[in-house]
Amino acid sequence: MLTKEDIAKRIAQELKDRYFVNLGIGIPTLVANYIPKGIDVEFQSENGVLGMGPFPFKGEEDADIINAGKQTITTLPGASFFDSALSFGMIRSQKVDLTILGAMEVSENGDIANWKIPGKMVKGMGGAMDLVASAENIIVAMMHVNKAGESKILKKCTLPLTGVGCVKKVVTELAVLEITPKGFKLLERAPGISVEHIIASTEADLIIEGDIPEMTID
Amino acid sequence: MISKKVNTVQEAIQGIKNDMTIMFGGFGLCGIPENTIAELVKTETSNLTCISNNAGVDDFGLGLLLQKKQIKKMISSYVGENAEFERQMLSGELDVELIPQGTLAERCRSAQAGIPAFFTPAGYGTEVAEGKEVREFNGKMHIMEHAFKADFAIVKAWKGDEAGNLVFKGTARNFNSCMAGAAKITIAEVEELVPVGTLDPNQIHIPGIMVQRIFQGEKFEKRIEQRTVRQRN
Repeated sequence: MLTKEDIAKRIAQELKDRYFVNLGIGIPTLVANYIPKGIDVEFQSENGVLGMGPFPFKGEEDADIINAGKQTITTLPGASFFDSALSFGMIRSQKVDLTILGAMEVSENGDIANWKIPGKMVKGMGGAMDLVASAENIIVAMMHVNKAGESKILKKCTLPLTGVGCVKKVVTELAVLEITPKGFKLLERAPGISVEHIIASTEADLIIEGDIPEMTID
Repeated sequence: MISKKVNTVQEAIQGIKNDMTIMFGGFGLCGIPENTIAELVKTETSNLTCISNNAGVDDFGLGLLLQKKQIKKMISSYVGENAEFERQMLSGELDVELIPQGTLAERCRSAQAGIPAFFTPAGYGTEVAEGKEVREFNGKMHIMEHAFKADFAIVKAWKGDEAGNLVFKGTARNFNSCMAGAAKITIAEVEELVPVGTLDPNQIHIPGIMVQRIFQGEKFEKRIEQRTVRQRN
């Protein structure tokens, strides 16, 4: 079973040279720690920065330089700041190549729910609705089952939607899934996890073709 | 030069009354007009509709206005950092309209730009789209959103001058830049009010015509919400 860091490492393998990438809060933020060697990527944060760098050294935090998770950050050479309208302008006009975000539920047609549990929890959608409605390539980082052991990979989402038919790939602690026109296709399994285990943990149907390889995480 | 300078925060908030709609710049606690918010908390102004990406935290920013129940309605995109907000919302005391962040920004920018409405793909197929006009452009579905109509916009900048010109710093530009000039009256509080002629016209982010009142804030706490650091090797 993958740790959160492992999920981030596996997703980092999806980064390609010259990609502009937007990382959501939580596991997606960790992806920045595992950029494959030899490629150039730039991270965009929707509160208005492109060319985000690592966290500052202690004592060098600047309240005016944060990411969308409200964390203090630094910038790299070539970075730029801009306002929220332009930030979402570059998202809607598809300048950002890849969006990686978390989810509460994903369905087999690529719907995603991640902003509201009616009557219980309402944090808001933040920039997620704009990102998922606009990005060409969306990868979801999430746990396969919730705390009650129920599958979050569903035939149909039960929670209010964030976007429809938009998710391309899901990486969980158990598996890598691709969303195809026919539904979830199992691409890889976590080291030591059987296909049967994944089927039993998934409410949606899975397309399984041939031997399913184990993920490579280093 | 047409002067926009007011001498005090009290003078800056003249005319803000019950039931008005007010825009507040900032993202999280970054770049919020903290002096003006603190002054509004001292007044009895209530029943406000506030347009702001977030709602502050329990004891800072708009959270202070919430605690005093001065806010009737919040229009925001993300409110997850504020327990009192969540309590008032779930109990029905506070009316809340949650909208996608890019739509929030564009509804401000449209008001600033004199554009009454626009189409965006954000929220199509979700409850955000309920009751809104839907149109297909280039094979993709979009929903119609309207420019905000607000009585006041309150923004915070790093530097400004008496003419109302503004310069922002870092990610504190965020919604401040989109809200300046997006309401009938824009109030700008700045960390440093510099003499006219000092700012390079090439480097000004918001021209003074968008600002009606400007003053230098007395003090800026600039609280950090998530202090994240790395160790030196």
